[in-house]
Amino acid sequence: MSLFLIAALPFLGAVFPALLIRAGRNAAASAAGLTTFLAFTGLMLHIPAIFRGETVFAAVDWLPALGLNAHFFLDGLGFLFAAMILGIGLLIILYARFYLSREDPMGQFYSYLLLFQGAMVGIVLSDNILLLLVFWELTSLSSFLLIGYWKHLPEGRQGARMALAVTGSGGLAMIAGMLLLGHIAGSYDLSVILQNKEAIQSSHLYLPALILILIGAFTKSAQFPFHFWLPHAMAAPTPVSAYLHSATMVKAGLFLMARLWPVLAGTPEWFYIVATTGLVTMLLGAVIALFKDDLKALLAFSTVSHLGLITMLLGFGTKFAAVAAVFHIINHATFKAALFMTAGIVDHEAGTRDIKRLGGLRHLMPVTFTIGTVAALSMGGIPPLNGFLSKEMMLEEASHTLWNGSHLIVPALVTAAAVFSAAYSFRFIAHVFLGPKREDYPGHPHDPNTGMWIGPAFLVLLVVLIGLASAKIAGPMVATAASAVIGGEKLPYYSLKLWHGLTPALYMSIAAVIGGAVLLALHKPLARVWDAAPRPEAKVIFEGLIGAFTRLSQAVTGGLHNGALTRYSAVMVAFTVVIAYLAYRGGTLGAPTRALQQPGLLPVTGWFALVVATLFIVVKHRNRLLSLVLIGVVGLVVSMAFNYLSAPDLALTQISVEVVTIILMLLALNFMPKETPAETPVLTRMRDGAIAVVAGLGAGGLIYALLMRDFAFPTISDFHLANSYKGGGGTNVVNVILVDFRGYDTFGEIIVLGIAAMVIFALTEAVLGSRVRAYLLNREPDLPRAGDSHPLMMVVATRVMMPLALMVAAYIFFRGHNLPGGGFIAGLVAAIAIIMQYMASGFAWATERQRYPYHAIIGSGVLIAASTGMGAWFNGMPFLTSAFGYIHWPPLEEFEWATAALFDLGVFLAVVGAVLLALESLSRFAWQPGISSEHAMDINPAREDAAKTGTEG
Amino acid sequence: MELLVASAVGILTAAGIYLILRRRSFPVILGLSLITYAVNVFLFASGRLMTAAPPILNKYEEVAYTDPLPQALVLTAIVISFGMTAVVVMIALGAFLSSRDDRTALPAEPEGAGEDA
Repeated sequence: MSLFLIAALPFLGAVFPALLIRAGRNAAASAAGLTTFLAFTGLMLHIPAIFRGETVFAAVDWLPALGLNAHFFLDGLGFLFAAMILGIGLLIILYARFYLSREDPMGQFYSYLLLFQGAMVGIVLSDNILLLLVFWELTSLSSFLLIGYWKHLPEGRQGARMALAVTGSGGLAMIAGMLLLGHIAGSYDLSVILQNKEAIQSSHLYLPALILILIGAFTKSAQFPFHFWLPHAMAAPTPVSAYLHSATMVKAGLFLMARLWPVLAGTPEWFYIVATTGLVTMLLGAVIALFKDDLKALLAFSTVSHLGLITMLLGFGTKFAAVAAVFHIINHATFKAALFMTAGIVDHEAGTRDIKRLGGLRHLMPVTFTIGTVAALSMGGIPPLNGFLSKEMMLEEASHTLWNGSHLIVPALVTAAAVFSAAYSFRFIAHVFLGPKREDYPGHPHDPNTGMWIGPAFLVLLVVLIGLASAKIAGPMVATAASAVIGGEKLPYYSLKLWHGLTPALYMSIAAVIGGAVLLALHKPLARVWDAAPRPEAKVIFEGLIGAFTRLSQAVTGGLHNGALTRYSAVMVAFTVVIAYLAYRGGTLGAPTRALQQPGLLPVTGWFALVVATLFIVVKHRNRLLSLVLIGVVGLVVSMAFNYLSAPDLALTQISVEVVTIILMLLALNFMPKETPAETPVLTRMRDGAIAVVAGLGAGGLIYALLMRDFAFPTISDFHLANSYKGGGGTNVVNVILVDFRGYDTFGEIIVLGIAAMVIFALTEAVLGSRVRAYLLNREPDLPRAGDSHPLMMVVATRVMMPLALMVAAYIFFRGHNLPGGGFIAGLVAAIAIIMQYMASGFAWATERQRYPYHAIIGSGVLIAASTGMGAWFNGMPFLTSAFGYIHWPPLEEFEWATAALFDLGVFLAVVGAVLLALESLSRFAWQPGISSEHAMDINPAREDAAKTGTEG
Repeated sequence: MELLVASAVGILTAAGIYLILRRRSFPVILGLSLITYAVNVFLFASGRLMTAAPPILNKYEEVAYTDPLPQALVLTAIVISFGMTAVVVMIALGAFLSSRDDRTALPAEPEGAGEDA
């Protein structure tokens, strides 16, 4: 099966449990199981190739420019992990079916589980390290969902948050480290990186990359000092703990260290960081585990300890240690998953997992007792079980490891850890299953149904078989995976067997077992000392740290974002000014290359009008109506300036937009206060004024500097000028740019305009649907009304003007391709023609005569533009390629046709619709019942309701 | 000419920023309009200033043309800024009608303080 499919199957399958849960819990569980089984089978099909020592590849380029590609590969190490993830996943799915209660949403559980499984499989199959990082982050996210699965438990939520915070931030560090690594190696593909040991280890970026990657691996694998999240993640349902903490999540960090072992290991830095961290974690985890009364907490710290053991082995950097690490990964996965499931069974049946309330269960739960005992003995390193074998190899390697010149430190500490490890394993057996039967169990302990114990039983069978016939059963797997870890070099001499003779490791083992038994016998007094001793509580420290960060970010956010618009604007403007100043200081400004043009009288007059109007607005802005009039003056000067400076299209657009904008603001002002109260203190005004003046000087200075210099680079405008007629068939270059060269932009812009109009419509609906409507209906106008709402002269004039204005619009539209004009301007003119009717004859009258809803006009405009653009596809051209030609009908002059005109029609319609929808929406606020809609012109005094309509509306 | 345009852009920007720093929604809208003018003129001027040289191709003789590209950009910018102004006006109006207060700051002051005259 393709590696793509193996990696994708869990993700695809994740949909089904959530959907099938309606068909029952068995359906959901079967769907999850079947998906995993398929992926597992697909993986197994690669066995022949893998055991021949081959590597299977599957590659599709995704974003090659970024080095991010969907490259997968499968070698011995990836195969081992994928097999554990999918194999143990299958057992967990079975176990969870019987573990979860009726109240738990099982569909959700399996979906999360499959998501997590897919992310894990993705990690171990990735060839591209950027892809690996994506999957890595996905495991953090999906494990968050799994750990917090019991949302009603605060511990579950806190544990999930803590796991996400720790592993997620470690993941961030790892991203940086991986980028450095890829940068050194010149490729983001592992298969290339792994060939570049010398280049990587001699690079000055080796140490930073190593530390960053290790932070990622250590947080994920719960190494000291990041180990604290793992015990808190035990708030998850036991199947999750069994899965995450035996074979998958926490092993991801180990996998990564093993994966990068060929290029990162072997340096003193690697040895001292990795081996020391592993050693400390191993000892610390084992000591704490002995004093935990919660079964799962005991197992959690024992997991921490065993992860430390494997990390230490990888840290040693010798080939023999790498083999031992791989072997222990397999063994730990088998016995630890079985132990977690056993703990879950005990909890499920006895009603508690507090060791102090348990004991004597061997008579009540014989099957569970057998499973739990064998697995725990393996964990404690008792022959002939598999845990003993790998622990012997570890002790053997540790017995001759030098640490800073000392022969003693590593063997002594390792033996101490082994003593505690044996002690907590014995305690697991003795204090849960042995001892007298009790009368006060919270539940009624008995063996669970087969579905629940079959999984752990299978694993325990493996524990025994690997122990007894390791070379036969685990040998090939260990050899294949280990040779992948050490980079395909020759494997060192090792033998997977129980008896190696009277080696130092054997004496250390014997010491560990005896010491463990002694510690167990002394457990009570020791526990009292332990409880009395002060020690730091990781959760408190973590929460204090998180709290401090939260307060800091709240203080910063609250300071910048206090809910007052003035504050944001001031901060933003000031910040922009500072940035611009820094940019100015950092660059160099060349000498002016253009000469000043002497302005005539006209520009000076216009400038004077603009400046006076602007200053008046600032001074008189409290009088809102007056400022609107003055804004109109500014707009007028700006459009005249456009015209004067050779931009007739802009002038036409600006002046027509000016009209609709002022009408719009007048409409709004109708409902708003007509005066702005003076309420800002003088000091604030001066501060604002200072900010404004500085920003204004900056903007003015920038454009002045620009105007006095020629273009630094050749522009593309010459291309447009040269090709406008030849390629676009029009002589109005601005219009050709809009409908042809940059048609895609224009297409986007009319959509934006349409959306803006829709937003206005939706807001109107929302406001008018609220209690505001009652206020509007009962509102007394704050200014005296005109005596005649619909003056006769105005009504007549606008109706006469209507066809004329529309004709002007049509004229502007058609000539647009060659002379100033086009869809935008024509649309605005047409909209103004219709607005005039609203103004003169009244909203109700105009609405009644309007045949097509404005939404539809916007929509049809966008559709026409889009279909014109798509028409190009039929000619095998890209979207929006225009075609044009010339027609000559004898009595007429030769004229041009262009598909761009059709596109411009779409623009025209969208603009008309959007402008009118916006204005119509605002006008609806003024609607009052009782306004006559029929007789806008009261020309017939004989009409009965004439008197009424004349005064109202 | 360049001085006039540059100073106009500066004055419009300064006036616009001063107005958006006011505490009521209407001056903010006025300020936004002024900034819109400033930005549009700024963009337009980045094509450098030329008089009597519109980018309308002359079929019969070789003449100079001003830069058409900023014009095309500004043309759509003008129309879009109408859409933006309309949305902002609508939001301001809706907010005023709903709360009878046109202050732009979140923490509402005691009732009545924001009533219009």
